[in-house]
Amino acid sequence: MAADNVGGTQRSVSTKQVLGPDDVRRAITRMAHEIIERNRGLDGVAIIGIQQGGVWLADLLGAEIARIEHAVPVGSVDASLYRDDIGLRPVAPSAVSDLRFDVDGSTIVLVDDVLYTGRTVRAALDAVADYGRPRAVQLAVLVDRGHRELPIRPDFVGKNLPTSTEEEVAATVDGVTIT
Amino acid sequence: MTARSLLTVDDLGADGIVRILDLADHMAEVNRRPNPKVPALRGKTVCSVFFEDSTRTRLSFETAAKRLSADTMTFAASQSSLNKGESLRDTIETIAAMGVDAFVVRHKSSGAPGLIAGWTQASVINAGDGWHAHPTQALLDTYTVRTSLGRTGGLDGLRMAIVGDVKHSRVARSTIAAMRMLGVHVTVVAPRTLLPPDVGDTFADAVTDRLDDVLDGLDVLYLLRMQHERMSEALVPNLREYTARFGLTPERAGRLPSQTLVMHPGPMNRGVEIAVDPAELPGAVITQQVTNGIAVRMAVLFDLLGSGGATLPAAAEELVSEGAAS
Amino acid sequence: MSLLITGARVVDRHGERRVDVRIGGDRVAETAEHLDPADGEDVIDATGHVLTPGFVDLHVHLREPGREEAETIETGSRAAALGGFTAVVAMPNTDPTQDTVEVVDFVRRQGEHAGLCDVHPSGSITIGRAGEHLSPFAELAAAGVRIFTDDGNGVQDPLLMRRALEYADGLGITLAQHCEVERLTAGAVMHEGSCCSRLGLPGWPAIAEELMLHRDIELVRLTGVGMHFLHLSTARSVEMVRTAKAEGLPITAEATPHHFSLTDDRLESYDALYKVNPPLRTADDLAAIRAGLADGTIDAIATDHAPHAPETKEQPLDQAPPGMLGLETALGVSLATLDMPLVDVLAALSWKPAAIAGVDDRHGRPIEPGEPANLTIFDPDEVWEVVPARLASKSRNTPYVEMPLRGRVVHTILDGTPVVRHGSALR
Repeated sequence: MAADNVGGTQRSVSTKQVLGPDDVRRAITRMAHEIIERNRGLDGVAIIGIQQGGVWLADLLGAEIARIEHAVPVGSVDASLYRDDIGLRPVAPSAVSDLRFDVDGSTIVLVDDVLYTGRTVRAALDAVADYGRPRAVQLAVLVDRGHRELPIRPDFVGKNLPTSTEEEVAATVDGVTIT
Repeated sequence: MTARSLLTVDDLGADGIVRILDLADHMAEVNRRPNPKVPALRGKTVCSVFFEDSTRTRLSFETAAKRLSADTMTFAASQSSLNKGESLRDTIETIAAMGVDAFVVRHKSSGAPGLIAGWTQASVINAGDGWHAHPTQALLDTYTVRTSLGRTGGLDGLRMAIVGDVKHSRVARSTIAAMRMLGVHVTVVAPRTLLPPDVGDTFADAVTDRLDDVLDGLDVLYLLRMQHERMSEALVPNLREYTARFGLTPERAGRLPSQTLVMHPGPMNRGVEIAVDPAELPGAVITQQVTNGIAVRMAVLFDLLGSGGATLPAAAEELVSEGAAS
Repeated sequence: MSLLITGARVVDRHGERRVDVRIGGDRVAETAEHLDPADGEDVIDATGHVLTPGFVDLHVHLREPGREEAETIETGSRAAALGGFTAVVAMPNTDPTQDTVEVVDFVRRQGEHAGLCDVHPSGSITIGRAGEHLSPFAELAAAGVRIFTDDGNGVQDPLLMRRALEYADGLGITLAQHCEVERLTAGAVMHEGSCCSRLGLPGWPAIAEELMLHRDIELVRLTGVGMHFLHLSTARSVEMVRTAKAEGLPITAEATPHHFSLTDDRLESYDALYKVNPPLRTADDLAAIRAGLADGTIDAIATDHAPHAPETKEQPLDQAPPGMLGLETALGVSLATLDMPLVDVLAALSWKPAAIAGVDDRHGRPIEPGEPANLTIFDPDEVWEVVPARLASKSRNTPYVEMPLRGRVVHTILDGTPVVRHGSALR
């Protein structure tokens, strides 16, 4: 994370950790309980992590749910071919979608690390729809940083974190930082 | 800013080729779905301009464009105003004025797609020009080798022999170049009359006219079409002799290691360059080449029209640092 | 009506000297270290410039009659005059061909009418340049034709070429050959070598030129009749001419500026601007051409000025016609590229081609009282770049855009009258 030289003026940049690894772990445990409670027994529930940022979180949520109750299918979806800003921003490569279970009739818990404008979630919803027709889709995110541009709201949130649009948020299993 | 074009595999370089192959993995996954379609290039228009007949390549490109939700147009040169004396440049500029994001061009003259790229702001994809280049064929060939042998990234250490009329083959030029960029050792097998005048080591790693000497330890055997017209130019005395010296005969097929991939750009001249039924060759991946052609062409179209034009590492860093904005 | 040229560095076949030159009528009237201008005399201040006999181009395509959309005799003459040429030999691949007195007279009259340089039509060796029947050499010679060639093509039939030489004996004419064995160059668009292998283009092998050159050198030896060889392009060709001349054979040769300044890798752009016959070749070939000019093996620089309408050059290589402009850039390319004494470059541009063309009674003359005043004055040091839109030629196919040229014609004087002044044509 280099110093920001916008317009030639040197702005000092600092990184602040707002959640440590223990906070993340506890948030995941709490979210796992919430998912189980909300879905009354996990019947037909499947977890899908959004490439790339949501995959690690989906795996950990799936592991925690399996520990507390029982295992549910976990997969991942690549939304890069459904983005509405194609041609405007570069597309990172990510792994290919990996959904080995039937989406039809399932209750899908879409998982991403940071919820921001909502556009990635919208693209992911379109991607999932191309695999089948879920009974319902719920959204779980570790961090909600505000600034929504679409009518998307999370069902399960690890932490609400008001930010400015100039800041960058990074979330991993080791913690959440704002730069 | 003029759009990027794909005129030869040199435009991509090794990194670019790998980038396209990685993208093709995504597209291949899309193609495996019951509804093989994504909205990625919605609103874009792709125009096929084929001055040389080729139903299969044109269909492959049109399918690729449609699976990305792009609109397609076809210009069939044989019945066109070109025969009434309209120049190539006027033809292209007229079509471009109708609003085209990409031209897919096949022309019998080497260099024509490059000329066209200079006359339009649209992207130009070379679907084969004269003897010069056929980059998407090279990409689907490298992709086929990669997926058939379970590789990721590059193809270092593999040994390939490409057999036949290399002199007149744009497929040969592009595929040899792409394979070598990915680390494959390429031997060209042909009589001197079917080799380019100067086959230095910038062209291939080895050259021979003895096919039997290279079959052992070969990972990929690539057969080129042997056209009947070549006989009239005194390039080979007759096709029977060509097949005896350079064809995949049943006897040679028997000696070929079973895991050797057998490839052909199509359409095959059965009994000439290939004298066995491909269905009986364990390593034949000729139909996979065709299937992969669609995924690879989808990747090329998406790379040129949809991916924002940035190079790979920068894109990855930017999105990771933004926390994969969602 | 006299013209005084002061301050020039005069260079002609006798060498170099600094003299003022007075022209009276169509002749040089007097020369002296210093001449005072008479009342009302027209004065050209040529301080810092070189005054030399006007250049003679053995090889230009004026396109008229038949392809006036690319060039006319008038526009080609203007380009010639701006390039410092006072005489040009017009190639016969017009439509109709320059194989009858009517067409030859027409071309000559058009040149006289334009009045910008002396246009000397050549004749074709065979009727229609079809390579089958000899043109009427004597009849055309009587109409003033000195050079005969099927240029555009070489004479493929060895028997026909032998007969042509034997028949030409004693007629005071010179046969000139475009050396190309066509069976070896079918479909070719560039030099056959590593570049064309890479680019996937059919190649024009050097041997297609060398085989015909060898044949004709032997026919010269057999018949004793001399020949001139057009646009040599390969190292081996230069070597063969050098050996033949050392053996005393009566042959002469020319080379174009593009064959000593541009290599085959220009075709990497697939730009038909660089397509020419014979093709651009390798660095070794270029070095041999330059060496051939330096040691006199190659007698003349001849441009092979070949105008083509712009839309014809904006086509794929195999469809575009071959040829490049050359008249207005010949001096600039020569001085920028050749490492030779100036007098030798001017010999190759002026008095040597004048002798080959048979016009050396009026062109390439020493600058001395009584001699015809066909003169060129140029700035030997000016570095400039050609702007296609400003060329006098009707076409734009010059390959020298963005290449620095050295040496620029300032004035051209035809029969004592300026036709180009300060770089602009007066008619």
